[in-house]
Amino acid sequence: MKPDIDLVPTPSQTVGPFFAIELTADEHCVKCVAGPQAKGERVSITFRVLDADRAPVDDAMLEIWQADANGKYNHSDDLQPKQLDPGWIGFGRVATGEDGSCVLETVRPGGVNHVTLHAPHLTVAVYARGMLKQLYTRVYFSGDAANDEDPILQLIPLDRRDTLMAQPDPARPGHWRFDVKLQGDRETVFFDV
Amino acid sequence: MDSVSTRVSIKAYERPPKGSQPPSFYEPYRATIKRAPLNPLIVRPHTLSEITGPIFGHEKVGEKDNDLTCQHAGEPIGERIIVSGRVLDSNGRSVPNTLIEIWQANSAGRYRHIKEQHPAPLDPNFTGAGRTLADEHGRYRFITIKPGAYPWFNHYNAWRPAHIHFSVFGTAFISRLVTQMYFPGDPLFDYDPIFQSIPDERARQRLISKFDLETTQPQWAKGFKFDIVLRGPEATPFET
Repeated sequence: MKPDIDLVPTPSQTVGPFFAIELTADEHCVKCVAGPQAKGERVSITFRVLDADRAPVDDAMLEIWQADANGKYNHSDDLQPKQLDPGWIGFGRVATGEDGSCVLETVRPGGVNHVTLHAPHLTVAVYARGMLKQLYTRVYFSGDAANDEDPILQLIPLDRRDTLMAQPDPARPGHWRFDVKLQGDRETVFFDV
Repeated sequence: MDSVSTRVSIKAYERPPKGSQPPSFYEPYRATIKRAPLNPLIVRPHTLSEITGPIFGHEKVGEKDNDLTCQHAGEPIGERIIVSGRVLDSNGRSVPNTLIEIWQANSAGRYRHIKEQHPAPLDPNFTGAGRTLADEHGRYRFITIKPGAYPWFNHYNAWRPAHIHFSVFGTAFISRLVTQMYFPGDPLFDYDPIFQSIPDERARQRLISKFDLETTQPQWAKGFKFDIVLRGPEATPFET
């Protein structure tokens, strides 16, 4: 513990069951990460949050942070020599419904150059009643050729990597599915970052 | 190619000291039992995807959004309070212009939410949600009503200590913090598994606001101070 307790990060506490009063009320909910002008391939991702019994978690919130279609983040610490898509923010915030699902509209991000090339991915933070702090995971796109070389995926045991792969919906082009399994068989990989 | 020249120097963010954050799995808080991952989290270096983060909500903050007592025709019932403080990072630097959102129960301990089951009255003059931007020095201020204690079903006769939920962004996606602020001297602390889930006693105490006479306004409202520390960059950027 730091000698100066006043500079230790404030402890996290659960978002609780009633966050929708503020965090996902009306305009504070951001279901569409990419505006109509955004460049890139439009995709929608249907998330489902499930507990250890595979019961739907109907009071979860997901926050999404992603780069634009060219792999550039809207942030001053992104020093990649790339032009940011004008108007790009890259943030989403959605609450799950009774079936534990929520839908996010966005564009497929580009790869990010950071030491090596990181395959296109979304960073996701999961919050819910019963979660004392948020969990971080990543959504990759199944079948993307860059996944094989992705340095973060390579840190994950081979048999768990597919928990981070969004799967295309064969019936609906441009639609992807991603299950967040908080615990149990095929538990989603979460990161200590 | 010279491999050194392709290296990128980025900020890494400090990791919170052991015991200063709650675990994901904490049996006394029953809802964690089926919602906490049991596999160890994958430890990995920080990348651009985490050390960047959104500048969110600036255009969504109205002038009066930090005053929860004036959102309706009349005044809400309860003890009027002023909650203020500073947002800083773990290096002691101010975190300016960041979005702070709060939500809470009314003075009777009732949330305005469809799933709420506590048979206490709703206050037609109180929603219990507010937002503000920290100023250029990281300072913020809310005017609200002191929330009541809130009963829940975690264990027999379970009551949450009075609290205000806080959500703060900071400069990176991993500096993001959702927490709860408590009030000094609450007799329910010892019985509350959410508060007790933080292993380090000193870290836990930091969630308790302090009564502050200086920000108290005579004949009008009591002041409480609550400073918020977000994860900051490590002192020196490192080569990855």
